[in-house]
Amino acid sequence: MNTANIKTIFSKELKSYFNSPVAYIVMIVFMVISGFLFAMSFFQVNIASMREFFGSFFIQLVLFVVFIPAITMRSFSEEKKQGTLELLLTKPITDIELILGKYLSALTLIVITLSPTILYFIIIKMLGPIAFWPFLTSLLGYILMSAFFIGVGVFVSSITENQIIAFIVSVLICLFFFLLGKFLMIFPPSFVSVFEYLTTDYHLSNISRGVIDSRVLIYYFSMIFFTIFLTKVSLESRKW
Amino acid sequence: MSIKVTNLTKYYGDYLAVDNISFEAKKGEILGFLGPNGAGKSTTMKIITTYLPPTSGTVEVDGFDVEEKSLDVRKKLGYLPELNPLYYDMNVVDYLDFVAKLDGIPVNEIKKKREEMIKVCGLESVRGKDIGTLSKGYKQRVGLAQAMINNPDVLILDEPTSGLDPNQIIEIRNLIKKLGKEKTVVLSTHILSEVTATCNRVIIINKGKIVANGTPEELQARSKGQSVVILEVKNNCDKNALSAALKDIRSVNKVEFVKDNGDSFLFNIYGEHGADLREVISNKVMQQKAMVLSMQAKQSSLEDIFRELTK
Repeated sequence: MNTANIKTIFSKELKSYFNSPVAYIVMIVFMVISGFLFAMSFFQVNIASMREFFGSFFIQLVLFVVFIPAITMRSFSEEKKQGTLELLLTKPITDIELILGKYLSALTLIVITLSPTILYFIIIKMLGPIAFWPFLTSLLGYILMSAFFIGVGVFVSSITENQIIAFIVSVLICLFFFLLGKFLMIFPPSFVSVFEYLTTDYHLSNISRGVIDSRVLIYYFSMIFFTIFLTKVSLESRKW
Repeated sequence: MSIKVTNLTKYYGDYLAVDNISFEAKKGEILGFLGPNGAGKSTTMKIITTYLPPTSGTVEVDGFDVEEKSLDVRKKLGYLPELNPLYYDMNVVDYLDFVAKLDGIPVNEIKKKREEMIKVCGLESVRGKDIGTLSKGYKQRVGLAQAMINNPDVLILDEPTSGLDPNQIIEIRNLIKKLGKEKTVVLSTHILSEVTATCNRVIIINKGKIVANGTPEELQARSKGQSVVILEVKNNCDKNALSAALKDIRSVNKVEFVKDNGDSFLFNIYGEHGADLREVISNKVMQQKAMVLSMQAKQSSLEDIFRELTK
């Protein structure tokens, strides 16, 4: 694998996020929503903790189910529509280098979007005692969760030329994984542990408690690997 | 051989797009791919450039197989895909630098290569502009610059002059001719005059099959059409008598009165293939005491051959 190629795609993609309104809208809206919820939870609960904040259903929903599909929807679909995919795939670059470049640029944008939470931590730190470790693992959980859903979004955008379809399908898939945990009670008890392992909810709440369990890491990394693999298969399908 | 295509066949599902074609192209050759829409030109190009795999048969570029040594092939290639896809939100300089990096050009040479391309393709005045705002002609030049920036041995150009105005077409053709001296160029087109103007070899392809392969001159010579002379005479003669007299000429098949221009009559005279009828016609007209105003022998054009082979 040629990392120079990944870097070339990565910086071009990141630049194009910042050349379009997408990056700014996502970052600003996230800052507004998170800032508001942070202030609300902080002053209501009156405890120096960010658990309320990271556990917020609304923040998670907006970030994982709306923003990520919005960021990834054009990644391959636009290339397919404009025909530039043919241009890229006839350059001396492998499919996987192209996918990783695009994938990592979307992940970087999300990490940048999440960076104001560090500011929130510092604010609380100034006002009262707050443990650093749970904050760090919560942030890590958010990043892992984003990494998984970005994989979903990139894959979905590789199967259609239409950005809107890519967006809607990614939203539905992300919503499924996101909400599965909330409906565990409808499954028979013997299946619950299986489904529980599939839900993102379960792992996110685990890691937010400050426990980095290998089962959690295996879950996220296998999901990321799987979505990237599917994207590669989808790009290769032109050859079938 | 720079390009060697052997028994290439491509199916899209059940649809046969390319049917067992073989051809070669060597350095210094500008090969024109001619054919009606849907003949298999673009498909063949997509296979040569490794974008699509062949269903059967092999394609080699500079000795590398397109399937097994795909990345090596791509390093040797410059490719302008059909419809010239570009990133409209990038400016010309950024775009060319991006392509140069992907082509694996060393970082310290990128600037030099890019400036060279900007000069060769005449992009100086638009270098800082977003590609999306450029006119079609400039976009096409950016596409060509993109294809040539890695100084490829083999240039594959899918309809390089489509959508350009006549001046731009001539510029691009001259550029291609210049490049063709030291490279192998394959270009597809459905504009017939383009082939005569730029290519030194033509392959006519129809329904996935090669129906003709040779120099433009060779193909013209192969034409089975008849020779035609357009004759204009002054109106001070009897047009029916003249027409009958012309018909008496041995190698004339048919005389057609086209129209009365008021002060002149216009005839189309059809003769056997290869015969130059002008001298005998001129004698006949003088015998009839008529006056020749103009006479023109029409060569059977590539157009006739094309229509013959692809109908």
